[in-house]
Amino acid sequence: MNFDFSEDEKALRSALRRVLADQCGIKTVRLALNGDSLPGLELWETLGRFGWLSASLPEAYGGQGLGYAALCGIAEELGHALAPVPLSSFFLVSEALLLAGSEGQKRTYLPGLARGETSAAAAFAETLGPLAAANVSTVYEDGRLSGTKIAVVDGFDADLALVPAREEGQVHLFLADLQDDRVARETQSSIDPTRPLALLRFMGATAEPLGGDRRADWIVLERLLDRAAVLTAFEQLGGAAAALSMARDYALNRHAFGRPIGGFQAIKHKLADVYIANELARSNAYYAAWALATDAAELPLAAATARVCATEAFERAARELIQTHGAAAITWDHDCQFYYRRSRHLALALGAPAQWRKRLVSELSVAHSA
Amino acid sequence: MDFEDSPEEAAFRAEVRAWLAATVLSFASRPDAGEAERVRVARAWMAEKAKAGYVGFTLPVSLGGRGGSAIEEVIFMEEQARVAAPHIETFNLGPGTAIPTLMKHAHPEHVALLAAPTLRGEIVWCQLFSEPGAGSDVAAIRTRAIREGDEWVVNGQKVWTSGAHVADWGLLLTRSDPAVPKHRGLTFFIFDMKSPGVSVRPLKQMSGRAEFNEVFFTDLRIPDHQRLGEVNGGWQVVLTTLSNERLALIGDRTVGRNLVAPLIRLAARIPTPDGGSLLDDSAFCDRLASYYATVAGVDHIRKRIFTTLSRGVPPGAEATIGKMTLARALQEMAAFGMDIAGTAGQILDESADPDLAEIHDCFLTAPGYRMGGGTEEIGKNIIAERVLGLPQDIRVDKQVPFNRAVAHE
Repeated sequence: MNFDFSEDEKALRSALRRVLADQCGIKTVRLALNGDSLPGLELWETLGRFGWLSASLPEAYGGQGLGYAALCGIAEELGHALAPVPLSSFFLVSEALLLAGSEGQKRTYLPGLARGETSAAAAFAETLGPLAAANVSTVYEDGRLSGTKIAVVDGFDADLALVPAREEGQVHLFLADLQDDRVARETQSSIDPTRPLALLRFMGATAEPLGGDRRADWIVLERLLDRAAVLTAFEQLGGAAAALSMARDYALNRHAFGRPIGGFQAIKHKLADVYIANELARSNAYYAAWALATDAAELPLAAATARVCATEAFERAARELIQTHGAAAITWDHDCQFYYRRSRHLALALGAPAQWRKRLVSELSVAHSA
Repeated sequence: MDFEDSPEEAAFRAEVRAWLAATVLSFASRPDAGEAERVRVARAWMAEKAKAGYVGFTLPVSLGGRGGSAIEEVIFMEEQARVAAPHIETFNLGPGTAIPTLMKHAHPEHVALLAAPTLRGEIVWCQLFSEPGAGSDVAAIRTRAIREGDEWVVNGQKVWTSGAHVADWGLLLTRSDPAVPKHRGLTFFIFDMKSPGVSVRPLKQMSGRAEFNEVFFTDLRIPDHQRLGEVNGGWQVVLTTLSNERLALIGDRTVGRNLVAPLIRLAARIPTPDGGSLLDDSAFCDRLASYYATVAGVDHIRKRIFTTLSRGVPPGAEATIGKMTLARALQEMAAFGMDIAGTAGQILDESADPDLAEIHDCFLTAPGYRMGGGTEEIGKNIIAERVLGLPQDIRVDKQVPFNRAVAHE
């Protein structure tokens, strides 16, 4: 049994960690909070130029062909640094192309995405409530999209969007050109300003069906969400580990009642609980990475499990990070808020926890009745 | 990443499977066998394993062990768990804990005399540490040992002693000097459980089972040559004993007990007003999903431990995560299972509703799981101190003579 990353994958991560230490300190993250819309641009260009983004893409489309485990490790490092970069958007759109794109679409879009030169967004939500086919009312007709998408991460600056829309009543997936004049964009304030949101209004904008004549339907979108859930779980893991380490360091240095607060069981047990939650999440994420890398039949259950567990872990770690720091942590100038905000963003971005819990149980009951 | 055995591990697993398949059937107990019969078969099973070299995996060949690796032991335990072998868990204490402790602290003659029969199941061991007044704080025990010439006279009481009623020999921690701080006045012995002055009383738990015992000592006489370690140096021996427990924690719980399947079957039988079942209910899904994520997470943590073991690295504190999360989750989910059954959730009828019966049993058993092998609270202290590097608790009695510490009546 070798349930661990390979030495090459580990080396890749430590190299990225050095890049991040150099280009993505917490000051960079703070720029986004204070209104600078693209503080991660330089980092993103670096990630594109040196092939980090394209780690898992096949070499035929400009990728490195290193496999999904490598990309999962990269996601964990980016999560650890709270990097304000469009990783999930990139992954959703490039995976959609790989899963269901036509050969021409793959060749047209993937190399630019891989180099970080084309920026992409996944425009799924239209309403309050779960991501579901029933909630899609955007319409595709004669090569044109009409409708409004909300909470589109990275949507304000993207060149290309993946859009589910109705075509003769059926939901299919489309690639929309966001440079088109018939797309109006508005920024939306977000719980995590380091990951910007936009509203996209399609007013007869140009779009092409993903897969061309072989339309991609809602099932493809669900498969896509499964895959993105695995990558996001690693981003969450990274954030959770960083939050725990920051809480621990503070607990060792802050004194009260004549000793470090980390010596009191109220703090020790709280942080032990965070550690346990993180380790459970890590183990589930590893399993999901394996399922993703090998395209195993277990992927839907493994992905939902990884997502549910990593969401719980990161949110717990972020909450208790603030609590461990005490009142100082609730000020605008304190860095704890970045973990708190990011953990909520990642919990909601691919559909909220309740939706994934339902998916987990539905996969589980299928597995148990089989 | 992969879940494959290495070629050597795969070969060993195949060998073990073949051996088990050829052997285990002739060791089946009758379903109605009483405890005495089950113990007799379990002893014979140990002997058979010893003959084939499947006991004492990491012990030296000179003592009758295999001279092998921890990963072989885990593989064997996994395979043994698959075939309903007549194995009794407390029998692991001898090869896993007693012999390593003897090797480090006992006279070589004792090791030579006791090791081989232990591996053959002829000597079964029990560990007598906990007392009514000393659980998590093991060093606070009071069972008194007073030296008389070449002998020690022991009086006092132990509790939570697994398997004491079938054990032949015991690992015993006593208080030899109450006038010094608690860790420095302890002395460790091995002794024959059939000695005069030892009385064992089973302790019936709320689940109805009796897996533990109380053990009383009235003028038990132990020869001094059965002392392990120095006089008043028993704590060093305890540390050896406890350090050998961690592997057992992973190995024994290969399958683990969880309520995922009973809860799914139960929920599928409970209709909702919209014509579906409780399986589609959000509140049910919320709870079950979190629970499953814990159960699956622990299972995958085992795979990570297995990976490091296979590289020859012993497990760290992460080996305790399973024990620390599953027991509590089991307790909560057992109550939840009864909740979803509603008022009828109170009914215990094993033949009519085995799922609910399993849930009832977990409800009554889980509180004990939360304490067995060390309480969750002690486990969290260990993680906080050893993994996170946080300071130790303040111990007000650490430097105080035991008989003058606050808690001493």
